[in-house]
Amino acid sequence: MKSHVWRPLYVVIAFVVALLVFRFFYVPNDFGSGIRGFMYSFHRKSNEGEWKAQPIKYGVTGKQKLHEYCRECHGNEVKVRSEDLHGIIPCEDCHGPALNHPENPQKLTIDRNRELCLRCHTSLPYTTSERKRIPGINPKEHNGDLECVLCHDPHNPRLEDRKK
Amino acid sequence: MVEQLAQHAMHVHGDAWTIKELFVLPNEYIYWSIQIVMYPFMTGLVAGAFVLSSLYHVFGVQKLKEIARFSLVFSFALLPVAMMPLMLHLQQPLRGINVLMTPHFTSAISAFGIVFLTYASIVATELWLVYRKHFVLTAHALKAKQDRGVIDGFRLLIFTILTLGAWDISHEAIEKDHKACKTMAGIGIPVACFLHGYAGFIFGSVKANALWMTPLMPVIFICSAVVSGVALCILCYVIVQEIRKFLARRKLARWARDASAPTVEELEGAKHEEVMLASNYLLYFMIGAITLEILDLIFRGYTQVKSWDILREVIMERDFTKIFIMQYGIGNVLPFLMMVLPGRTVRRTTIATVLVLFGVFMMRYNVVIGGQAFSLSFAGFMDYRLPIIPHDLETFKEGLFGALTVIATPFVLFYFINKFLPAFLKEDEAH
Amino acid sequence: MKRRDFLKNCIMVVAGASVPLSALTLIDPKKLLAANPQIHWAFLINTEKCVGCGFCIKACKTENDIPFDANVTRTWVERYVYTKDDRRYVDSPRGALYGFTDSRIDLGEGNFKEIDPKNVGKAFFVPKLCNHCETPPCTQVCPVGATYKTDDGPVLVDRTWCIGCGYCIMACPYAARFFHPVLKVADKCTFCYHRISKGLETACVNACPFGARKMCNIRDINDPITQIIMNERVGVLKDEFGTKPQAFYIGLAQEVR
Repeated sequence: MKSHVWRPLYVVIAFVVALLVFRFFYVPNDFGSGIRGFMYSFHRKSNEGEWKAQPIKYGVTGKQKLHEYCRECHGNEVKVRSEDLHGIIPCEDCHGPALNHPENPQKLTIDRNRELCLRCHTSLPYTTSERKRIPGINPKEHNGDLECVLCHDPHNPRLEDRKK
Repeated sequence: MVEQLAQHAMHVHGDAWTIKELFVLPNEYIYWSIQIVMYPFMTGLVAGAFVLSSLYHVFGVQKLKEIARFSLVFSFALLPVAMMPLMLHLQQPLRGINVLMTPHFTSAISAFGIVFLTYASIVATELWLVYRKHFVLTAHALKAKQDRGVIDGFRLLIFTILTLGAWDISHEAIEKDHKACKTMAGIGIPVACFLHGYAGFIFGSVKANALWMTPLMPVIFICSAVVSGVALCILCYVIVQEIRKFLARRKLARWARDASAPTVEELEGAKHEEVMLASNYLLYFMIGAITLEILDLIFRGYTQVKSWDILREVIMERDFTKIFIMQYGIGNVLPFLMMVLPGRTVRRTTIATVLVLFGVFMMRYNVVIGGQAFSLSFAGFMDYRLPIIPHDLETFKEGLFGALTVIATPFVLFYFINKFLPAFLKEDEAH
Repeated sequence: MKRRDFLKNCIMVVAGASVPLSALTLIDPKKLLAANPQIHWAFLINTEKCVGCGFCIKACKTENDIPFDANVTRTWVERYVYTKDDRRYVDSPRGALYGFTDSRIDLGEGNFKEIDPKNVGKAFFVPKLCNHCETPPCTQVCPVGATYKTDDGPVLVDRTWCIGCGYCIMACPYAARFFHPVLKVADKCTFCYHRISKGLETACVNACPFGARKMCNIRDINDPITQIIMNERVGVLKDEFGTKPQAFYIGLAQEVR
């Protein structure tokens, strides 16, 4: 290595060493591969814990639908719903996540907008889908822009029980 | 819950320049836009410039000496610019160093950091070997100067550092430089091919994209990279020679007033020879590039797999002008004929190189944007509207002005690099 | 040892140390033995039951803080309408965040297609989400190791490490990924990792009133959903790519891409 032509190589090596030293401080210690190998699971291990720690919003009471949690205070609404087709809808779908209700938030959203009901009750002519089993209306022809809840009770949606 | 109107939609990356038609999946936008077109274009110029210079250093094509030296210096000016489009594109540019810190080698993009640094080292080394004598002579001259100003003092410091302590410029030492330079150029050619081949691999290996997925992509990219690099060097060389002729005629520059300066006739003659020879190599690589591209197209049209219906509509109808008229027609066939037909002149060749560069740019554009012109559903299209007037940082970075910034920077860099590594030297100062 | 030789050896050691240490974790026998963990999450979608109400998307966006007014989503529902004159229409307005409240097909850019109800042949809804593939091409192409597949199945993104290059988004054949509009990193369905690791169901499964979305631990042979996946005829999306998706479908039509 006597020849001067090797000098640029020393410069390069010095640069690589500096890079490796920087890397030692910059890269977190738990960076590595999981059981799926280098190709599919090369990552920073502590990130998994970070995702697990994300706050939970919906249905804190477990796999059951939220009826049981809401029934304690809102028995009337829940009782009627349970006997009816709307009983299959989790309360939180329309009212938003319960979180720590009634401590925080004190009140949940009551959305009276037509659009909420139209999600299921817009009549769509699809005979090959479960959609056909849901009674529906044409939103452009059915009572203009009026809120559905003026006549229909979402907690007791049977047509014979609606307000006249 | 009130229905949110589309005009209040929060700004999603890609929303500003994507127009969706028919059924496009909700998350699909043109995420890889003009900067991702610029990136392979700029790295292609780098690779091509280096290959041209290697034709002289490795294969000893003596007549290419001047343009070879110019190509090498210009290749070095292009190198930092290769990184610019990526930094402008990344959503988290400050984390760009992660590619060097935790490179995930199953990803083609991870090769960027290592390959780029390796290539930069090789080019820098080769430049050092070529210009070492110039550094030593300049440093000696500056040291001998009695009344050094601040600027000359600074220049002395830079040139001294650049010698890396190797002050011996005897005949044996220079011979060692020559030999090492040849080795470096030899190593550099496969690395230059890798530098651009991996860019082709980035696209060719994406199985999700029906247009990109082909094993030919890396080879097509390499061939068109060399084409663009050679074309750019011919173009810049001609322009610089014209400038030098102008300076020599009017004796405007310091070197032009020197007694041993080349005459206008000498400049003209050298230019003619070198351009003719370099453009032959341009033609060979053009033939290679276009053969592969046409082959890919023929295979797709013949095998007609699931994606063919939508691809056919994109290639033959929606993008017909961009592909067949602009890229193949104006960018390939026309310059090819211009250079092949008898009576080839330097002027005709120069115009042809401009068209070739345009063709290579359109090829990158048609691959990157064309691959995002159709939806994964094969039932919808996305139209790309390049942001012209920026109204926020994102439409600047990924718009026309971002692209122009990238194009202009190598020339600015070349101006400064030329002060330490002059692309045009007298015979005895560098080889 | 002569000084020159010592220097030479030093340089070789340093050059050798530049081999990325991550290469050493390519094969770890202990890890391979543990490659059959107790939990492996899978998803089951029954397109016969989906009515397109869109409550799943609303729940997902609320649970995972994806802005409502950004046109990107971790999950969505597509509507397929076939007319009797052999035409096929597909749409997904805002990813079905507000359901399908219009019988007209949304063609994008403010264009709609009226369809005569008498002309409708078959029509159905297809919920989609990240398939959490066994061999995910998205994790393969990440240049920095920011996205990865966990031991129990879900594919996640490290928000502190992602550089925002978008390669994973381009590599996903299912368009499940997008750039988070606020955080400026790649984002996707996480299988509600924070919920399932505490015994809850994912937000979308929890929200679906019709039972179109279900999830299970496919290693638990007593789970009824596992039994459906194992015993009944289920399909996956784009199986030709070899990604081995873990979201299984009942009632897929061949035109669903």
